Amino acid sequence: MDLASQLPMLLGLAWLAPLVSFVAILFFGPRMGHHGKNAAWVATAAIVTSLGLSLAAFGIWLTAHPVTAVSHDSHGAAVDGHAADSHDANEHESHGNEANADHGDHADHSGQHAAVVPAAYSGDWYTLYQGGSLRLSIGWYIDALTVMMFVVVTFIATCIHVYASGYMHDELHDVTDHEVHLSDGGHLHRPGRFPRFFQALSLFCFSMLGILIAGNLAMVFIFWELVGICSWFLIGFYFERKSASTAANKAFIVNRVGDFGMLIGLMALWGALGTLHFADSPAAGAGGQTAPGLFSLVRPAESGHALQVPDGMVKFANASGVSQIALDNASRPGDGANEIASRIRDWRSEGYGRWLLFIAGVGIFCGCVGKSAQFPLFVWLPDAMEGPTPVSALVHSATMVAAGVYLVGRFYPVLTPDVLLVIAVIGGITLFIAATIALVANDIKRVLAYSTVSQLGYMMLALGVGGWSAGLFHLVTHAFFKSLLFLCSGSVIHACHTNDMRKMGGLARVMPWTAGTMLVGCLAIIGAGIPFVIGLSGYYSKDAILAQALSYSQANPSWSILFYAVAGGAFLTAFYMFRLWFMTFAGAPRDHHIADHAHESPNVMVVPLVALSVLAIVAGWTLPGGFGLANLLEQARPAGTAATMSDSFLFGNLTVPAEHLSHEGAIHVTATLTAFTTAAAGVLLAAMMYLWRIISPEMVASVFRPIYSFLANRWYFDELYNAIFVRPVFAVASLASGTDRGVIDRLIDGIAWSARQLAGFDAWIDRNLVDGLVNATATATWNAGLELKKLQTGRLRQYVMFIVIGTVALFVLASMLFRAALAG
Amino acid sequence: MNLLTAGLPSTAIPLFAGLLDAPVGVAHYLVVGAILFTSGVVCMALKRNALGVLMGIELVLNGANVNFVAFSSPYLRGEGSASLGLDGQLIALFVILLAAAEAAVALAITLNFYNNHATVDIDQADDLKG
Repeated sequence: MDLASQLPMLLGLAWLAPLVSFVAILFFGPRMGHHGKNAAWVATAAIVTSLGLSLAAFGIWLTAHPVTAVSHDSHGAAVDGHAADSHDANEHESHGNEANADHGDHADHSGQHAAVVPAAYSGDWYTLYQGGSLRLSIGWYIDALTVMMFVVVTFIATCIHVYASGYMHDELHDVTDHEVHLSDGGHLHRPGRFPRFFQALSLFCFSMLGILIAGNLAMVFIFWELVGICSWFLIGFYFERKSASTAANKAFIVNRVGDFGMLIGLMALWGALGTLHFADSPAAGAGGQTAPGLFSLVRPAESGHALQVPDGMVKFANASGVSQIALDNASRPGDGANEIASRIRDWRSEGYGRWLLFIAGVGIFCGCVGKSAQFPLFVWLPDAMEGPTPVSALVHSATMVAAGVYLVGRFYPVLTPDVLLVIAVIGGITLFIAATIALVANDIKRVLAYSTVSQLGYMMLALGVGGWSAGLFHLVTHAFFKSLLFLCSGSVIHACHTNDMRKMGGLARVMPWTAGTMLVGCLAIIGAGIPFVIGLSGYYSKDAILAQALSYSQANPSWSILFYAVAGGAFLTAFYMFRLWFMTFAGAPRDHHIADHAHESPNVMVVPLVALSVLAIVAGWTLPGGFGLANLLEQARPAGTAATMSDSFLFGNLTVPAEHLSHEGAIHVTATLTAFTTAAAGVLLAAMMYLWRIISPEMVASVFRPIYSFLANRWYFDELYNAIFVRPVFAVASLASGTDRGVIDRLIDGIAWSARQLAGFDAWIDRNLVDGLVNATATATWNAGLELKKLQTGRLRQYVMFIVIGTVALFVLASMLFRAALAG
Repeated sequence: MNLLTAGLPSTAIPLFAGLLDAPVGVAHYLVVGAILFTSGVVCMALKRNALGVLMGIELVLNGANVNFVAFSSPYLRGEGSASLGLDGQLIALFVILLAAAEAAVALAITLNFYNNHATVDIDQADDLKG
């Protein structure tokens, strides 16, 4: 077996294992041991199987594609194998007349040496629908990013399954929910739902892995919605609580808004290009030819993988021109097709189809805005913390919300500089807003939730400014340290039975392991490290983002605000993370009752913390010889994105600088120093306010009262959306309901009333006329019978008399009638 | 006019007038049968005792037997008949047989009736009236 068949098999099995667990728990969950205790083992076994298979795939991948230090040169390997060699000659020719060739040349030439082994494998397991060139299928697209994300997701999911089997033990017996007040003043008493939790968790893992392995956008969309519904299940796990059910609905509905945009993007691609496959599909097109996928349509190999509006979109946008030519050549269809083909180049330079490509990109990004909680749809994520903490850690920080970033990364080749700018700006706004809200939040999980939103903004911004590998690098490192932070907060909540940081303090003494691992998580997220020497995982990914943002703002001075957003965000991140840590673990206990009852969590919860904190430290390291996440990611870099991209369309002249430029001297040094300085300043300020108490937080809050209340009320976003969307919807709904009740119901009631009257008249006729006739007949018959009955006297002698009289009468009658005959 | 024809309608007189003068033939037998039959019917109609009614039935049956035998007389049969000329007698025997069986059943009914009602007055036997 070769790599091309091993990888889909291994990852496909890794993908399906949680589905098996889901089905098993769905049908047999309550019977798995006492109160379904063993459901945790089933789910954990499934995800461990997935992890094992993913690691096996990872190992195979590394054997076939050794990670080398010369990272950004290997992007040529991302070309699909079957086309890898054939277009080399074309690349040389086309580079000469490319505007951006000066940066791309260097990378491309060295890339051709590595392009021997294909770096992406794609194919279909099952075709759902095929009609003409349109094809929907369940397939795979596997490159270094897929393999890496499989390992990350299954690893974190494994940790969280283990952790949750300890955290959720309350659900193993009947639960009295003290947050649900019944109308009789008591609390809700319900059976535990332990198996149900792991059932949803397994389904989530299946769906998430489905997004990762998906070979086309339609399949992504299917699993996109599946993770959405899993999220709904898990946020609403305590659905008897009003807040939890509201939060679950809010998350689901807000995501629908984004998915609507995604559907528009899908339709734009499907309608204009007729395919949603990422990669080329050999022998799937008309006449057994290769059906080109999105990537090669948008970045054709003939033009050196430079971005261009695909032919399909040009023709779609200029439908009137196409139909005019077709009409003129109605008698010679062949000539018409040729003329259209020859004029596409002109039409493209006239700008046809650019809007379509822009809308496709922004549409797909809309879905990512919803799922990855970007401005303006980020409001659902903090509320999603109503779910159990393991869910917050897995679904709402490490994996599902990262799916949006992953999709932008996967879809990256199709995005134009204008779309990238939209992404970067949205990411910048998100990271700033979320970070400011996190400054004043007092709920430990909400601080982490806003921190997640903010970090997702970082990733989006990184992708938007051209930092493909920086954004995805941060996605991976963030997955490790954010799930670590959430699990630590879960451990704290488990011990204190409260989310309010104002009641904590001094917990480091009683919970040393939790405090230590959470410190690791905080240091990782602020990107702590010794500049230019070594650091935690966040140090590398955040530096890469800063450097790329700096590089972008130097190339586009009018958008240099993006760099300041990133730098300011780094300062805010450091401040609020250490505010959290100091308030929770340092100083003296604020609430002695809580501090006295707090205890270190059981081993089953501590072990995942330690495992994750080790990874939060080392995930960003590059070993001597070049093995490391960043270099691994470069293997998956989409063809053509290593070069600098320039374009001017909607937002003026934009240049997306090549990512390797940000690794160079001046930019790198500036970025690293900025990151270190801002983070150190943030930590210092937090220490002054919350550790050494030099500055009183209360005083700061009262001095900046308006700003403080503005932030504490989360920029009034919920109120704003309430006023703009929720209330108008309610108003329209009550209008509709009024119309329904007042007009439609009245009409129907009137019709019903008339029908009833008519029926009453019918009933009267039936009872009195029809029934009367029938009854009269029956009565007459009855009476006749009664009269005749009197003849049956039962007296034998009378009967004999009747017989005799009758006989005589007959004779008399006969003799009278036949007198004439007798007489002769 | 003679005793036999007194009271009959004048048109019927010629029918009976010749009987007393003629030698004994079928008609005479028929008259005897009719008298037996009528006596039986009158007996059935007038007797209240069940056994009396049964006797009346026997009379009726015997009246009928006389008729059968009378009608099988050679005077009424055409010449050249292949039969033995005993049809009437055979049927009469058959009727006697039936009468015996019928009497057995009727007596059984009567006995049962007596057991239940302590009487054989048929005017009391009106349980099946409508």
